[in-house]
Amino acid sequence: MMQFMLLFSRQGKLRLQKWFSAYPDRVKKKTTRELITLVLQRKPKMCSFLEWKDLKIVYKRYASLYFCCAIENDDNELLTLEVIHRYVELLDKYFGSVCELDIIFNFEKAYFMLDEFLLGGEVQETSKKNVLKAIAAQDLLQEDDALQDVLVEYGLS
Amino acid sequence: MPTVKGDGMRGLAVFISDIRNCKSKEAEIKRINKELANIRSKFKGDKTLDGYQKKKYVCKLLFIFLLGHDIDFGHMEAVNLLSSNKYTEKQIGYLFISVLVGASSDLMKLVIQSIKNDLVSRNPIHINLALHCMANVGSREMADSVGGDIPKLLTSGETIDSVKQSAGLTLLRLQRSSPEMIPLGEWTSRIIHLLNDQHMGVVTSATSLIEALVRKNPEEYKSCVSLAVSRLSRIVTASYTDLQDYTYYFVPAPWLSVKLLRLLQNYPPPEDASVRTRLTECLETILNKAQEPPKSKKVQHSNAKNAVLFEAINLIIHMDSDPNLLVRACNQLGQFLQHKETNLRYLALESMCLLATSEFSHEAVKKHQDTVITALKTERDVSVRQRAVDLLYAMCDRSNAEEIVGEMLEYLESADYSIREEMVLKVAILAEKYAVDYTWYVDVILNLIRIAGDYVSEEVWYRVIQIVINRDDVQGYAAKTVFEALQAPACHENMVKVGGYILGEFGNLIAGDPRSSPLVQFQLLHSKYHLCSPNTRGLLLSTYIKFINLFPEIKSSIQEILGSDNNLRNPDVELQQRCIEYLQLSTVASPDVLATVLEEMPPFPERESSILAKLKKKKPTATAEGGEEKEKEQRTIPQAQVNNAEPSAPAPLPTVNNLNTAPSGGSSGGAVVDLLGLDTAPAPAAPASSGLNFLADVFGDQPATNGVDDDALTPGAEENFKKFFCKQNGVLFENDLLQIGIKAEYRQNLARVGVFFGNKTTFQFTNFTSNLVLADSIKSAVSVQPKAVEPVVEGGAQVQQLFNIECVDSFSEAPLLKISFTHTSQVQKLNLKLPVIISKFLEPAEMNSEAFFTRWKALSQPDQECQKIFKAQFPQDTEQVKQKVLGFGLSILQGIDPNPDNFVSSAILHTRNQQVGCLVRLEPNKQMQMYRLTIRSTKPEISKALGDLLETQF
Repeated sequence: MMQFMLLFSRQGKLRLQKWFSAYPDRVKKKTTRELITLVLQRKPKMCSFLEWKDLKIVYKRYASLYFCCAIENDDNELLTLEVIHRYVELLDKYFGSVCELDIIFNFEKAYFMLDEFLLGGEVQETSKKNVLKAIAAQDLLQEDDALQDVLVEYGLS
Repeated sequence: MPTVKGDGMRGLAVFISDIRNCKSKEAEIKRINKELANIRSKFKGDKTLDGYQKKKYVCKLLFIFLLGHDIDFGHMEAVNLLSSNKYTEKQIGYLFISVLVGASSDLMKLVIQSIKNDLVSRNPIHINLALHCMANVGSREMADSVGGDIPKLLTSGETIDSVKQSAGLTLLRLQRSSPEMIPLGEWTSRIIHLLNDQHMGVVTSATSLIEALVRKNPEEYKSCVSLAVSRLSRIVTASYTDLQDYTYYFVPAPWLSVKLLRLLQNYPPPEDASVRTRLTECLETILNKAQEPPKSKKVQHSNAKNAVLFEAINLIIHMDSDPNLLVRACNQLGQFLQHKETNLRYLALESMCLLATSEFSHEAVKKHQDTVITALKTERDVSVRQRAVDLLYAMCDRSNAEEIVGEMLEYLESADYSIREEMVLKVAILAEKYAVDYTWYVDVILNLIRIAGDYVSEEVWYRVIQIVINRDDVQGYAAKTVFEALQAPACHENMVKVGGYILGEFGNLIAGDPRSSPLVQFQLLHSKYHLCSPNTRGLLLSTYIKFINLFPEIKSSIQEILGSDNNLRNPDVELQQRCIEYLQLSTVASPDVLATVLEEMPPFPERESSILAKLKKKKPTATAEGGEEKEKEQRTIPQAQVNNAEPSAPAPLPTVNNLNTAPSGGSSGGAVVDLLGLDTAPAPAAPASSGLNFLADVFGDQPATNGVDDDALTPGAEENFKKFFCKQNGVLFENDLLQIGIKAEYRQNLARVGVFFGNKTTFQFTNFTSNLVLADSIKSAVSVQPKAVEPVVEGGAQVQQLFNIECVDSFSEAPLLKISFTHTSQVQKLNLKLPVIISKFLEPAEMNSEAFFTRWKALSQPDQECQKIFKAQFPQDTEQVKQKVLGFGLSILQGIDPNPDNFVSSAILHTRNQQVGCLVRLEPNKQMQMYRLTIRSTKPEISKALGDLLETQF
């Protein structure tokens, strides 16, 4: 299973963190620091996989963002690269040509999207259509909420 | 500011912009503290906040947390949001809980109450929110109070697909954190059948769940194998258009394929022939597809396709049963070794390591040796080079060891610092394991020290000394080589240590050459003395006193050094004491005493290579996957580190012991030197056969009792077994931990064999078991009634196990005694031959000359006779031979053979089924040191069995 996923910028700023097992905060911070340093110092043509403690790290850079996943020994490295890619595709489709700022300002959306795609460190739904459908259904409820707010404001409800 | 999706929280967006506009870290912290103060006052204030405001502030707290700041309030407000009837508020509440609230929080009871409410909601989106929260937090409390409802949700026909998907993985998470909380007994079959579900997403999620359950209980979920194979088969044969959105860059359902292939790796190859064939077809199809031209140039296509391929290869390796598939897999990986994608080269090297351990594909892997060596030299990424080192290590065997070790040594000169130590260990292990010529081994290790001295750990140089001590054919060469190596103007301190030790023991072997005369050796060593650490100096001092014994002619020069002010008043207590005591020893002791005290080191007892142990410790996973798997995981002989002086070991040389008690106890700095120096009591006397065992150890292919080859005999078992042919009682086995004694009584076809286990240590043996195993060939011929033995043997205690054995028919193989126990958390296994052999059921018979010859002639058919002519292994002493014949269970008949040196015997063999008369004639030829043995009986197999046994005894 995937242990955690980190998104960070080229400047080493953490943009998203998702932990699929319970880690103490102290360990989370230390791990994040170590991995950001480790990955940022690697050169472009290098292998996307590395051994780190008893985990395997799979990372890929998209524009200014690094996506970095820690998987277990018997997990599939190549497919993890495609997990990253599919997630990027999902964000891209949703935000329309996603950039780092979208993720900063809509971090909660990035989390909701991730929950539809990966759960408990395993891939839940690989169909792009189905994930986006689930998110669209959420947004619909959100609009209902917003409408309700307006109605309340005008004393109509 | 970029567009904010949905009902953006304006305040939040403004806050994020503010933070981004901060010019410095200080400014950012200031802005955050201001915001925290604001939120705190809002939460504490008198004015009740509406849902929107709560949501906004909770979201701000989340953002602050994600920036890396600690958040210590707001949890209650987040929990309040959970019960909001507005979806967005609920959603933010759950997000906050997932990210920020630990499983142990006091608020968890409230959270669980909300989850319970949402799980029964009519809106599937609300149900999923609750499930996601459970899967993210995964606490025991959740498993306990809500977990029981999940299996029903997962398998009910009324649940919609997206909820099933989330339920499957939520259940997986809860099973991981608290497996005992949710019993799945009644749901097992329905969960397995999710593999047949119409919806690919449901199958994708369920397969992960099933794999986790299978790992805990493979037997219960066994029926998933055929379902998984047929699902896999449908996917790999599908065209990419069939699976619509589950096709990823022209690859049909790669995620599900990989999960199914992994699920199957929990089982042996399917028993059912049709399932097995279908699986083989799948694997072949996947291998075939790898050869087809790519359907897209995109890296996503190739990654997904190869992800499935690599997982298929993992399954092929796991099954390890189809040579054709293994070799195809190897060829495919061979292509990847030269692929332009670094990632593929990396993975190919990694997978090939596994293939190298399979007997079917080991040779195929070796074909790629040159490519791998090139990779080692030219890859630009150190992690890829590391993989190449691992693979070279795994593919090494006797045929290519010299080349591989040579290449690794060469590479070591320029290797990355991060992998040097591990490479040194690997080179040392390979050189030892595959050495045919030990001069080569010595050269390799000295080269290691020369090239990468700083990375040569103690284990490595201890080991070369152990090996040189135990092999007298290499000692002279070793002395000569270290002497030459020490000539270098700057040599590594480890070289000085090895040199000092070896010259101290074997310097005499090269002293004849005037270029390495005693004085030259001494001066050479002493020229390094001042550059060395105290540890090494201590070792050199021990060498000097050994020199005094070896070369009396340089005694005065050495005494001068020992007695120098610098040494006698050395601030290092250990060195000072050594000098004083060695000086005194050399003055007071007579040459005889000196020679006894400083006798050559006895051979080291067999033990696990300490280097291997070190490599395992350093890289547990690598060695488990690597070449070692088939080797000694656990040695029979407890792994006594070189540096463990045996306090309980007998001290054959009391003078040495007394002399040096003080230094070894006096200073911790001396401890390292002591191991190899004088003042350790020599290692416990090795058993007679240890030379042999050691060799076997060196070659690494002796049958070790490690579970891989469960039936292999413990080293030395065969020899000890043979000692019992002519006696009933004695010691069957002994090592540092355990002594096993045998006391046996035989009456006609019955035997009572007592086996005594003596725990020689001060610690308990736990899980102690001892079972007698009969080979199939003797199952019907021997009947055994064993008594069980207590599972715990206290330190110092002896327990007895009694076997009542009946000989039903003749047999030629001895029963196997399998012993296993845990000592200081290491599992020990012994396989010994119990000396219950057919001859034990012989009863000596007396007869006169006439009767003997009548019977002898009656047994004249060729197959009734067994004759052996063999060379004497023991002195042909008449009295000893007589004792052996009697001990074997034969009579000695006088006055039958005209030659008084010959032995003529008769006996009756008792089995339950029959009694068989046996006649034996043994004719020693003292001139030729040969024997002729002739046995006749009515049963050919008995003549032969007795002949085979007797032949080994004289």
